[in-house]
Amino acid sequence: MAEVILKNVSKIYEGKNKAVDSFNLHIKDEEFVVLVGPSGCGKTTTLRMIAGLEDITEGEILIDGKVVNDVPPKDRDIAMVFQNYALYPHMTVFENLSFGLMLRKFSKNEIDERVNYAAKILGIEHLLDRKPKQLSGGQRQRVAVGRAIVRKPKVFLFDEPLSNLDAKLRVQMRTELARLHQQLKTTVIYVTHDQTEAMTLGNRIVVMKDGLIQQVDTPLNLYNNPANQFVAGFIGSPAMNFIDGKIVKDDNLKFITANKSLSINLNENFDKFQNKEVVLGIRPEHFYEDENQETKLNITIEVIEQMGNEVFIHFKIDEKNVIARLSPKEKYSTGKSIKLSFDSNKLFLFEKETGIRIR
Amino acid sequence: MYKIKKIIIITIALVVAVLTFLPFLWMISASFMATGEANKFPPSLFPNKIDFSHYQILFSRLNLTRYLINSIIISLGATFFSLSLNSMGGYAFAKFRFQNKNKLFKFLLSSMIIPGQVTMLPVFLLLKNLGLINTYWAIIVPGMASIFGIFLIRQYALSIPDSLIEAAKMDGATEFQIYYKIILPLCKPILVTLGLFTFMGTWNDFLWPLIVMTDANMYTLPVALANLSSEHVQDTELLMAGSLITILPVLIVFLALQKYYIKGIMLGSVKE
Repeated sequence: MAEVILKNVSKIYEGKNKAVDSFNLHIKDEEFVVLVGPSGCGKTTTLRMIAGLEDITEGEILIDGKVVNDVPPKDRDIAMVFQNYALYPHMTVFENLSFGLMLRKFSKNEIDERVNYAAKILGIEHLLDRKPKQLSGGQRQRVAVGRAIVRKPKVFLFDEPLSNLDAKLRVQMRTELARLHQQLKTTVIYVTHDQTEAMTLGNRIVVMKDGLIQQVDTPLNLYNNPANQFVAGFIGSPAMNFIDGKIVKDDNLKFITANKSLSINLNENFDKFQNKEVVLGIRPEHFYEDENQETKLNITIEVIEQMGNEVFIHFKIDEKNVIARLSPKEKYSTGKSIKLSFDSNKLFLFEKETGIRIR
Repeated sequence: MYKIKKIIIITIALVVAVLTFLPFLWMISASFMATGEANKFPPSLFPNKIDFSHYQILFSRLNLTRYLINSIIISLGATFFSLSLNSMGGYAFAKFRFQNKNKLFKFLLSSMIIPGQVTMLPVFLLLKNLGLINTYWAIIVPGMASIFGIFLIRQYALSIPDSLIEAAKMDGATEFQIYYKIILPLCKPILVTLGLFTFMGTWNDFLWPLIVMTDANMYTLPVALANLSSEHVQDTELLMAGSLITILPVLIVFLALQKYYIKGIMLGSVKE
């Protein structure tokens, strides 16, 4: 049970750019924080610095109020679940779970008690005598989590723990991890590149890119109020559509694409962006089929992806690929033209140059 | 057609196997023959009457027990130290981060081209100045760490994922505990291989023990056997009995560990 505070933490590898640049974050006790971003964004490096597996170049990390920059991993009272599980292949499941406790000289009774407790929570009681190679992927994952649980650490670290599992198991384990967090009430820092995992698991999400934090917020706020174009494109599936254009003024202020196939009226708040290059962002789920709306789009269906409960329609606006998520109907077919509209309250605008959100 | 080919191959293999095995068989057989029987013409393949007298002579009059004990102590000692030091060195070169690691390793590797005979004299003088001549250490110390051993362990240890070591660190293991409880058990196949190489090499070595052991009490089996052959040049049966005792322990060790040994040699050749 502990707070984790990162103050201006940077990591510079020899002769290279900053892998992590001035990372500031205050993780509250019992909070589930997810670090998410594309590969190479510095999320795993950040996690490894918290674990003590990487040196911190600049700044400081506090766990439970204590600066841990120079504290070795074993004395930080944290446990980590690795992407490849990192189970000791020559030990049984029981030995894997109890290894950390044995090193810390716990009594035999205490070890038995803790291992059995963890095994029970994770449903691996019948596997305690097996070696890792006799386990399935999901079982190995559970053992890896179990190894962290038995230690009753202040902080749990997860490094892409689900990425080696198949899709179905991943969804199942995701729910189990969420349940586990509710049960154990421990601070969790979780690294993933999968925005779905981030959205479903995190109390708060840290979106990272190129070593920099892009935005820290709750899942819903990230979705509704992305700080910039990167976050907007990263959160949500299918990803937000981006259409390049310009803000111009003739009769009134409006956004217009290069070939003028789309034009949207704007209020005078955008006056200062006149003649600026901007990017329009619109989520696939905010399109709908409607004949009576002022903003009308006549599009030709290029590809249809049937999901059963919904349908993804691919088409082009001003040569840009766009996806709309609609309720499934029989009548959609490739090459057919339909009329689409969208809720203009749910449109986003970003400065093209900086990616910063202006609406 | 395929069947005929198979039969031919098996026949050839059998002939080669028998030819290879024959001298070995005759060595065993001759060691049990009465004095002079092995030199008869035409030679007989099996003894007329099993005769243990040569073994009795070896162990009573010729002091073979002492040489056997020398050989065992030296070979086990060299194997023990070689395994401990080479595994530490190999593990360090595989997994530790330190300055000029690869340069140092390449330098060590390049020294493998120097033949052992070249260094014999300087090593002898060194040991002499240390006062180790005519002690077990004279043979054990020069074999304690070898570049080849370090190389072998390093290549194997490279295949151990870093995350295992990191997981052990998080679990609270010290550096030595990681080495002892994680790395060593995982390196078992390669350790058995290296152990066999070292044990057999030390056991069978003739030249070096001959140089550093001038006191007859400190002879190893091969040296003692060579002495025997010059003194008892006519006594073929006695020599054969001595030879059998010399190779028997190595043979037993090899056969007992063969399973792991083959595993070790095959490593890296096939990706599982």
